[in-house]
Amino acid sequence: MLEGLTRADAAFRAEEADLAGLFRTAWRATLELMLPDPASLQARERRRIALANPAVDLLLFDFLSELVYYKDAEGLLLGLASLAVESSPAGYRLEAEAAGEAADPVRHELGVDVKAVTLHRFAVERTPEGWQATVVLDV
Amino acid sequence: MAPQGMVKISDTLWELPASFKPGMRVPARFYATEGLLAAMDPAVFEQAANVATLPGIVGYSFCMPDGHSGYGFPIGGVAAFDPDKGVISPGGIGFDINCGMRLVATSLTWPELEPRLRELVDRLFAAIPAGVGGRGFVKISRDEFRAMSEQGLAWCLQKGYALKEDLERTEDGGVAAGADAAAVSEKAVERGYQQIGTLGSGNHYLEIQVARRENIFDRKLAEDLGIRAPNQVLVMFHCGSRGFGHQVATDYLQKFLGVMQPKYHIPCPDRELASAPFASEEGQAYFRAMKCAVNMSFVNRQVILHRVREVFGEVFGRDPLELGMHQVYDVTHNTARLERHTPPGERRPRDLLVHRKGATRAFAPGMEGLPRAYARIGQPVIIGGSMETGSYLLVGTKGGAPTFFTTAHGSGRAMGRQEAKRRFQGRDLVKSMHERGIYVRAASLSGLAEEAGAAYKDIDEVAEATELAGLSRRVAKLVPVGNIKG
Repeated sequence: MLEGLTRADAAFRAEEADLAGLFRTAWRATLELMLPDPASLQARERRRIALANPAVDLLLFDFLSELVYYKDAEGLLLGLASLAVESSPAGYRLEAEAAGEAADPVRHELGVDVKAVTLHRFAVERTPEGWQATVVLDV
Repeated sequence: MAPQGMVKISDTLWELPASFKPGMRVPARFYATEGLLAAMDPAVFEQAANVATLPGIVGYSFCMPDGHSGYGFPIGGVAAFDPDKGVISPGGIGFDINCGMRLVATSLTWPELEPRLRELVDRLFAAIPAGVGGRGFVKISRDEFRAMSEQGLAWCLQKGYALKEDLERTEDGGVAAGADAAAVSEKAVERGYQQIGTLGSGNHYLEIQVARRENIFDRKLAEDLGIRAPNQVLVMFHCGSRGFGHQVATDYLQKFLGVMQPKYHIPCPDRELASAPFASEEGQAYFRAMKCAVNMSFVNRQVILHRVREVFGEVFGRDPLELGMHQVYDVTHNTARLERHTPPGERRPRDLLVHRKGATRAFAPGMEGLPRAYARIGQPVIIGGSMETGSYLLVGTKGGAPTFFTTAHGSGRAMGRQEAKRRFQGRDLVKSMHERGIYVRAASLSGLAEEAGAAYKDIDEVAEATELAGLSRRVAKLVPVGNIKG
C-alpha cells in the first residue's frame, strides 16, 4: 500500500514480472481492502470476465472495476481462479475466472467498501524488471 | 504547506494568482485560517489550480477550509461555469454523487435516552445495513428503481417512507428535476437497485448526538431549527448514492475522456478532470444521469430515516412523531446545479453551473430555494466531524455570496488511512470511546481505525473558520453518544 498519494482513500503499487502477474496482484490488493483475509473466501460462485482495450492501463481499470461491480451488484467478493492477459497490435485482452461468495459479516472479517477505481495517478508502466501499476481506490 | 506565490487576502482568504500555473483562466482562492491552510496537503493546491484551467470557469476556483486532495477537484472544491461556454466535470462532483448529511431532531433528552442507548444503537445497527456488500430492505425491480431515480423523494412519499415535511426540509425538496434514467447504464442500475437504505463504509456513519447547553452558539437560531431543550438528542447520518452513483460517475468519466480532447479540444491536465461542454450532448446526458444519482441518494437517506423512526418508536414504545422526530434538514455535498448568482466582479445575477465537491450549499436568509420555515434564518448547514469529536449545525449567511453561497462539509482528513490504521487499533478505539461515553458499533474494526478522531482536522477550527470567513454561522455543536460505522 502507498501513502501520500491520497489522504482520504487507498492507494497501492504493484510490481510483477509479467502483465498477468501484475493484474493478479492488483486484483488481490483491491480485494484485500474489502476482505483482509482472502483465504477466508470459499469458491461457491464463479464469474467469467472477458475484456479488451487498446490501452493496457484502461484494461486494468476495467478489470478492477469488475471486482467492485460484482461486490455491489451481487454482493459477491471474488478471488481470481484463473487469468490470462494477451497483447496484440490491436491492443490488450484478458480472460479470467473469478470465484468467491457473498460477503458475510459473520464468517468474514470485512474491511472497507471500495466505491470505485479512480484514474487519479493511475498508471501501468514497463520497468526494467517487468511491469508496475499504481492504483488509487475511492473508499 | 502552501506553495510559493500564495497571496494573503485576509486572515481567512488566500489566493494563488492565475500566473501560478500555465493555463489557469482565473485565480484559485482558499478559505482557511493560517493553520488550516498549512494543514492542506500539497495536491490540494495543484488540483485547485487545475480546476482553474477549465473552460468557462467564472470568478475563481475555490477551496473550503476543510479542503484536502481528491480526484480532479480537491475535496472542498467549488467552481461555477458559464452554462453556454463552460464545462461539466464528474471530477467536480465526485464518485459518490449527492453524498450528504441529514439531521433529525427528537424531543428526547440525554437523561431520557441514556438508559436505552446500547439497545437503541444495537437495533439501529441491525436495521440499517452498513459496510461491504450491504443490501437494503427495500425490494424493488430494476424498472421501479429507474422510476425512483427520476422521482426522488416524491417516490418515497408515495411509498410511505416519507412525511411531506421531510421533503420540505430537504435541499430542492429532495427531487432533482430533469433526471432521466435513460441516460444511466444497466451496470449502474445493477449496482444500485438493492442498496436503498444502506450506509456504506469509509467515512459514512449514523450518530446519536446530544446538543449540550454549553455547545449552543445561538439559542434563538437553535430554537428555530428545533433544538429547544437542554441536552436534547438528535440523529445525524452521512451517506450517498452507493454503487449507483459511483457507476454513473465512472461511466461518464470514461465517456468524457473519449471526447474531451479529440472532439472538444479541451486540454486535460488530469484524467480525473475529464469534462465536456455543459451544452454538449455528452454534457447534458451526464447532467441527466447525475440527477438520477442525486435522487437515489435523497431516497437512500430518506429510507434510512424511515428505519430510524421505526427503531426509535419500537425502543421507546411511542409513535416517532410523539418523540418529536422531525427532520431538521438534508444537505448535499457532491453535486452540480444550475443556480442564479452574481459572480465576483459582476453586477448582475446570471445562471451558473455550480460544482460543489465536498462542499455544502449555504443559502443566506431570504434567498429563493429555502423552505418557508428557514426563509428568515438561512439554509441549515450540517458539518460532520469525526466519530470522536462532534459535528456542527450552522446556517448560511450573506457573506457567502463570493463562493456562490457555499461553505465547508466536514472536518477534512489530516492523516492518510494507512497511517491511521498503523497508529490506531479498532478494538482499542471501541473501548476508549466507550469509556468516554460513546457507544460504537462498526461493520469493520480496521475501517473504524481509519476513522479515528485524530485522523481528522479539528472540527472546531473548521467551523470557526467558516464563520470568520463569513461563509456560515455556527448554531450548535453536537457531540456523539452513539455511533454506527460501515
